[in-house]
Amino acid sequence: MTSAGVARRAGRNGQAARPGPPGALPARPPAGTRAVAWLRRRRLAPYLLLLPSLAVAGLLIAWPAVQLGVFSFQNYGLPQLAGAQPAQWAGLANFSAILKDPEFWLALRNSCLFAVAVVPLTLLAGTCVGLLLNRLGKPMATFVSTTALLAWATPAISATVIFFWLFSPDGGVVDWALAGLPHWLGGGSHWTGFSWTNASLPVYTVLTVLLVWQGFPFIAVSVLAGLRTVPAELLEAARVDGTGPWRGFWKITYPLLKPVFLVLTLLSIIWDFGVFPQAYLLTGELGNRDEYNLGIYAYAKAFTMPPSYGLGAALALILTVILLIITVGYVRASIRQGALQ
Amino acid sequence: MSVARVAGGEANRPARSARRLIRAAALNGAGAAIALVTLVPIGWMLSTSFKPGREIFSLTPHPLPAHPTLANFRAVISGGVIGHPFWVFLANSLLVTVTAVAASSTLALLAAIAVARFRFRFRSTYLIMLLVVQMLPQQALVIALFIDFRATGLLDSLAGLFLAYTAFALPISIWMLRSFVAAVPKEMEEAAAIDGAGPVRVFWRILFPLTAPGLVATSVFSFIYAWNEFTFALTFLGTDQAKYTLPIYVTYFFNKGGADWGAIMAASALYTIPPIVFFLLVQRRMARGLVAGAVKG
Repeated sequence: MTSAGVARRAGRNGQAARPGPPGALPARPPAGTRAVAWLRRRRLAPYLLLLPSLAVAGLLIAWPAVQLGVFSFQNYGLPQLAGAQPAQWAGLANFSAILKDPEFWLALRNSCLFAVAVVPLTLLAGTCVGLLLNRLGKPMATFVSTTALLAWATPAISATVIFFWLFSPDGGVVDWALAGLPHWLGGGSHWTGFSWTNASLPVYTVLTVLLVWQGFPFIAVSVLAGLRTVPAELLEAARVDGTGPWRGFWKITYPLLKPVFLVLTLLSIIWDFGVFPQAYLLTGELGNRDEYNLGIYAYAKAFTMPPSYGLGAALALILTVILLIITVGYVRASIRQGALQ
Repeated sequence: MSVARVAGGEANRPARSARRLIRAAALNGAGAAIALVTLVPIGWMLSTSFKPGREIFSLTPHPLPAHPTLANFRAVISGGVIGHPFWVFLANSLLVTVTAVAASSTLALLAAIAVARFRFRFRSTYLIMLLVVQMLPQQALVIALFIDFRATGLLDSLAGLFLAYTAFALPISIWMLRSFVAAVPKEMEEAAAIDGAGPVRVFWRILFPLTAPGLVATSVFSFIYAWNEFTFALTFLGTDQAKYTLPIYVTYFFNKGGADWGAIMAASALYTIPPIVFFLLVQRRMARGLVAGAVKG
């Protein structure tokens, strides 16, 4: 007998959902029928519990995802949106237009290069902080992890606006600090009034700093949770044998935490590859076309005049498929960690 | 440590303890440095928001305002740039966020009970779908949702945002809640049922109180999601400024405010403080839920 309470509760819901006989108290059916009814209700219970959330998610997530696929093969613009013309099937026209578009390849390159830069940096920073947290005393560890998670909880828009101000050419503290650095560290007066938003490289540098700042706390907390599962005796034994902390990490901690690192890497790629709000603001709100990443490019195609929802949907589909391929790896890694139990 | 000390012998003790002290100092110093670096952007936002104009653009920036002023906050709250006072946008954000959190937590609790307490066909498929759906990029789906919302009159309305946030907070909420539900010992429910408690009573007396901490953690998570969400709000709230939520308001302020960084920082401080305070209140459980959500440790 498993969780009779919940089962019966759900069963009652189930009964209410089906049309019952009208009238007050129905006569008590014989025991055998009751048992069968109970079993049937019990079997239906999980589905009934899932129904509301499935309906909402189906309508607002799954259905739009299907539509996205449909639109990507259609000629869907303003007239179709207004209902003046029906949407026409365009075959692969949207996709062939995209593949011939140099802006697409630029956006794809920006997305890839950005992920290649920001994912290892976030993982490295997060792992170092996680390792440190594991060795700190409890009050200090709580303090550091709390401050770190404040960065994580800061809204993307606030964080971006703050970094705009920090990196502002006019009164920004970063330019001021860089100008004050000694020459051999790359400092100097040429940093005074340096604009970080005029070219791809500086913009993506700011975006990288911003996303590492917002992203490392999650990695640190996850790595810390993983480290807590590493048996202390193993590390102790290695230390007694004269293994240094560097070797100890690579020989003991890393192999044990490999699944955690795999999941975190894949998650970071998924989150950073087409990053939207921060990149949207930093690239001048669809202003600088050569700074687009794939997420922004799809959005711009769909929502700047004249809007081409078909092209935007095709681009969004490409982005989604790329992320889904990475998600397959993520799901497999999660299952291997026992996520489905 | 104790094993190492025995191996080192008694004679080495003073040298060892000195080394330990140095190591502890270095570790704590590194910890403090990380905390400092992490706090600099938030601190700079707060400090700028209290600075008068001439201090903001001074040639040598100072970490703290020399003559703190509330002028920036006054300008933001009266809403000079946008023509509506700050409270309008705060109310919009609160309304959408609180209703979406309540709705999605309720739906997620039902689903989490199903997943944690029952073995049914498609259970694994369902869990995998949860993981996959969580990874769908919003900036992609927003194109189709925009067209749907336009057709159903949900553009320029907070109801549309409420629906979108409820749906998109669901996967992670279900995923987090199911580990909290699974942690409640089944035996307690069974014992109550044997004692004659009906299913509704078992839920309210046992399952609900015991999953309440998880419900709080999950709610904070979806609160932060909905409060911080930008892409949908940007796309669905077009011209009607009275419907703007705070992130759109801050962006608008940022665009139209020129280089009035004092006011922009004051606006973003007012927007940033609620999730941070909320988060600090439930910090411990939050960190646990965070890990349980994405990486089952």
